[in-house]
Amino acid sequence: MTKVNMTVNGKAVSRNVSGETLLSEFLREDLRLTGTHIGCDTSQCGACVVHINGKAVKACTTLAAATDGADVTTIEGLANGELHPMQAAFKEHHGLQCGFCTPGMIMSGVDMVNRYKAEGRELTAEAVRHELEGNICRCTGYHNIVKAVQDAATKM
Amino acid sequence: MYPTKYHKAASIDDAVKALGAGEEAMILGGGQTLIATMKQHLAAPSDLVDVRSIEGMVGVSLDGDMLVIGGATTHAEVASSKEVQKHTPALARLAGGIGDPAVRHAGTIGGSVANNDPAADYPAALLALGATVVTNQREIGADDFFDGLFTTALDEGEIITAVKFPKVEAAAYAKFAQPASLFALVGVFVAKTADGVRVTVTGAGDEGVFRSEALEVALTADWSEASAKGADVSADGLMSDIHGAAAYRANLIKVMAARAVLAS
Amino acid sequence: MANGATGIGARVKRKEDKRFITGKGKYTDDVRMENQAYAAFVRSPHAHANIKSIDKSAALAMEGVVDVLDGHQLTGDGIGNIICGWAVTSKDGSPMNMGAWSALATQKVRYVGDAVAVVIADTQQLARLAAEAVEVEYEELPAVVKADKSLAKGAPEIHENAPGNLIYDWEIGDEAKADAGLAAAKHITEMEITNNRLSPNPMEPRSAVATYDEAEEHYTLYTTSQNPHVARLVLSAFYNVAPEHKLRVIAPDVGGGFGAKIYIYPEEITCLWASMKTNRSVKWTADRSEAFITDAHGRDHISTAKMGFDENGKITGFKVDTIANLGAYMSLFSSSVPTYLYATLLSGQYDIQNLHANVRAVYTNTVPVDAYRGAGRPEACYLIERMMETAARELGMKPAELRAKNFIREFPHETPVIMTYDSGDFDANLAQAEEAADVAGFPARKAEAAKRGKLRGLGYSCYIEACGIAPSAAVGGLGAGVGLWESAEVRVNPVGTIEILTGSHSHGQGHETTFAQIVAERFDLPIDNVSIVHGDTDKVQFGMGTYGSRSGAVGMSAIVKAMDKVEAKVRKIAAHQLEASEDDIVIEGGEVKVAGTDKALGWHEIGLAAYTAHNLPPEMEPGLKESAFYDPSNFTFPAGTYICEVEVDPETGRTEVVQFTASDDFGTIINPMIVEGQVHGGLAQGIGQAMMEQVIYDDDGQLITGSYMDYTMPRAADLPFYSVHHASTTCPGNPLGMKGCGEAGAIGSPPAVINAITDAIGNNNLSMPATPQNVWNALQAVTASQAAE
Repeated sequence: MTKVNMTVNGKAVSRNVSGETLLSEFLREDLRLTGTHIGCDTSQCGACVVHINGKAVKACTTLAAATDGADVTTIEGLANGELHPMQAAFKEHHGLQCGFCTPGMIMSGVDMVNRYKAEGRELTAEAVRHELEGNICRCTGYHNIVKAVQDAATKM
Repeated sequence: MYPTKYHKAASIDDAVKALGAGEEAMILGGGQTLIATMKQHLAAPSDLVDVRSIEGMVGVSLDGDMLVIGGATTHAEVASSKEVQKHTPALARLAGGIGDPAVRHAGTIGGSVANNDPAADYPAALLALGATVVTNQREIGADDFFDGLFTTALDEGEIITAVKFPKVEAAAYAKFAQPASLFALVGVFVAKTADGVRVTVTGAGDEGVFRSEALEVALTADWSEASAKGADVSADGLMSDIHGAAAYRANLIKVMAARAVLAS
Repeated sequence: MANGATGIGARVKRKEDKRFITGKGKYTDDVRMENQAYAAFVRSPHAHANIKSIDKSAALAMEGVVDVLDGHQLTGDGIGNIICGWAVTSKDGSPMNMGAWSALATQKVRYVGDAVAVVIADTQQLARLAAEAVEVEYEELPAVVKADKSLAKGAPEIHENAPGNLIYDWEIGDEAKADAGLAAAKHITEMEITNNRLSPNPMEPRSAVATYDEAEEHYTLYTTSQNPHVARLVLSAFYNVAPEHKLRVIAPDVGGGFGAKIYIYPEEITCLWASMKTNRSVKWTADRSEAFITDAHGRDHISTAKMGFDENGKITGFKVDTIANLGAYMSLFSSSVPTYLYATLLSGQYDIQNLHANVRAVYTNTVPVDAYRGAGRPEACYLIERMMETAARELGMKPAELRAKNFIREFPHETPVIMTYDSGDFDANLAQAEEAADVAGFPARKAEAAKRGKLRGLGYSCYIEACGIAPSAAVGGLGAGVGLWESAEVRVNPVGTIEILTGSHSHGQGHETTFAQIVAERFDLPIDNVSIVHGDTDKVQFGMGTYGSRSGAVGMSAIVKAMDKVEAKVRKIAAHQLEASEDDIVIEGGEVKVAGTDKALGWHEIGLAAYTAHNLPPEMEPGLKESAFYDPSNFTFPAGTYICEVEVDPETGRTEVVQFTASDDFGTIINPMIVEGQVHGGLAQGIGQAMMEQVIYDDDGQLITGSYMDYTMPRAADLPFYSVHHASTTCPGNPLGMKGCGEAGAIGSPPAVINAITDAIGNNNLSMPATPQNVWNALQAVTASQAAE
């Protein structure tokens, strides 16, 4: 077991974890933050995307032990009282149906908008589609997800 | 996953010690391949030695004309590095096209190179650019480093601390993604180096990354799209799977080479 | 009634979204019970083998392993075999050959993934490691994976009672007439058409959490189901897990279904039984690799078809011969998919008098095949619409012109394959789609693309499908083991808020919003005063669930019928209290009024009056709660035209869908935003089938496409923005005039895509999926044939 200390959604967390515990398991089972979802086992669907130190990563391909000292944000920690603009845009544009891929989509959406803004690049629809290559949705056909991310980019 | 012990190495010595102590210890970089493999129960390391916190393992610097990328530098860091973009823009673009954004935030150059997946992008760049792999023990030229599928010249306990890239006259990478995995079905890196034209192919070879003699001959004679398309690329020794038979891959090698030349 | 903001036709934002966008959805794997253990299945690595022995000792010796259970224990406890619920009769009158399927195999395994034992352990990790420690000795048998090879002489026989692996040999239509029609034809188009095998891949993998209460002898099952009541019925009546009143099935938030979550699988049965055996709550959640080898697959047809035309392009006869691969066992509705959901739609949008189809269903050593989004109708549509486009090319006619020549224009229209189309305006959809797609501008776009070295193509699909399978008596006559009605209960609370209990199940369809819309409109109330209850057999009386685009046409109709009863009672109460005639009562603006007067009661006052019962009309029962069961009189028939435009890169074969235009006739639309979303998703799955997706087995029955590393899921960059339009006719068969929208996109789009690609490359000989390699190969064939000329 390894002792890990980290900040999750703004709160300090301290736990003992085994070496093979994935961050996704740690979040879901130890912290009961079940908004981080597991949709595949080959790191492709992106339902598990969270932010570590402000960057999108796949929690299913990250060891909890390796996250010691990190600042982790999950879908549950994104809203600050009100909905985050990305969350609001997903609702406004009907960017979700079954909701299972949605947390990962939103976390990836926030990450890409942050990066594009920091680099001063325009987030075109084509860019959004390209940036979403690590997130799979089976319900929406992506049309409204792309619209939601683009709209949120104007409000973030 | 099978149980494993996690070690966060503070120094190279620390890492070497942990690697030696474990029964089946493995180095952990970004884990983007290793963890996935462990989930499939295809790897069962007794110990994982995380080398990302070791000082000097992360970052990009210039040593004269030589670009030096720390072994634990992530693909995202390489892609967005001003130094890399200036020194070898093709390398920045290649790094920016590995996996997806979340994978690029975690995956490292050292991990990718050490794994030598036959469909990985970095090996094509190292081999084409004549890069040097720097380990805690020695320096290994790319020509001697890649040694067939998932095999390299690395010894046990040897840790990639950096990869050094010389400056070249022109370089570009073009990839045709395997539709499901988005790994390279065929990736071709073309470079005009001090030692002449080098063309490497990833994703297609039965034995992993390789130099294409046919394309090197053609592009040495005439650095042009047409020349690449007209090269006599054989399907012998190429992989065949559901996504691409050898003949299709042979065609893609020419087409990707041509597109790389166009982008160079 | 005036409720424009939230009523029928309004783009109301979804009420259910908040919990999903904040990570607060509650899916089955999020459930954790006290004293919960985990199940992991020991699965066959062989496609076909006899089980010689199972050695559990090493697994049982592991600390934390609760038990290892096998099929002999399961059947010994009286757990019944898994059934197919639709009896299809062969043309010679013999019943279908249904082989035995035990949740845990006892004698023989028949596909890679067939479960032979289950480990129950304290943690998921331990359960999985212990499952690897269970040693099963197999005697391998030869396997067969392709449907046509399975019928060949000498093929390995998979079930004792299915000689030659034939499940049934079934026909529909009049063969003599079809032959005569073809004999009279001026031109015959003949094609061999395969419909590729798919894996449904809802993003939430299947999961089950079963709990046995020993004191009450009662079971609770949380599970990823599209139809929890059907699950309870089947688990109780056929699998003998528990009587229905001792079994509660809850399908909480469910992350997509697409058909894959209709069926009751071995895992849910086993978890329930194991919870009783071990007296622990037992949880199982598939990982994606497990989903690929356990979730029912879809499609997988091989067909030959002949279509005859007279000198004017009118269809004279149509004959189809299909072999359908149903996998190793007959899944719940598998038999109906290639028969009553497929061949009955082979008339398409066309007036075809002479039509015959023969369907043989076969066993193979593969995952069972059942309904996947569209279920049979995509296979029919793909076949007809590829035939029509190819015929138009052969006849030198415009594809739209040939289709229009054969359109059905009078309704009701009886086809020779037992369907009665009730409404439609196929010309209107075709015209709308052609205009929106700017078909007139296509030649210029093609020329411009050619300058860039790209091959541009245009393809059509004029689809019709059938939703809301009905009526129950008719489908019963065709062999269905269940009725296909729906139920609803409308509960007006004493404070006037309303709960709708529905047997439909929402797993992405937005019922919590659309169902509330029709209630808010009917009683002119704020939509937030209405909530929808579904997915729990303890809360909702009964229901048939959600599949086959039935929730609107059938589920909402049941709500309407229940609302009719509520309204009647409300009128009676109001008339009594306001001393007016029932006929003069109007319900609007949150009030129940007497028309033309200022006499009114608040809606909440009616609710209170009903429950206080101080002043009700004589003989009236207190309360304000009504239920209804609605059994439709006919199927509904969504139809439309889809036009796909593609650009092919001839150097790589890579194809880009540059424009996709849909004109649909869904009848009445409650929420256009949600309906468009359904179309988008259906189109993505249809384009996925056409260009990317395929389940591939090797000849030994090993699954090659067992993960997202090899099974291509459509991603955002693979797809365009869709141009979605509606030209609707009202469905005469149900009170709201709805037809259904959930599957149309997946049904109509594959032929449009392939017709576009074959147009671009000049080669009709192209099968789905049109992967870059397949398109490149088809282009090489064109080049080779040009060189030969």
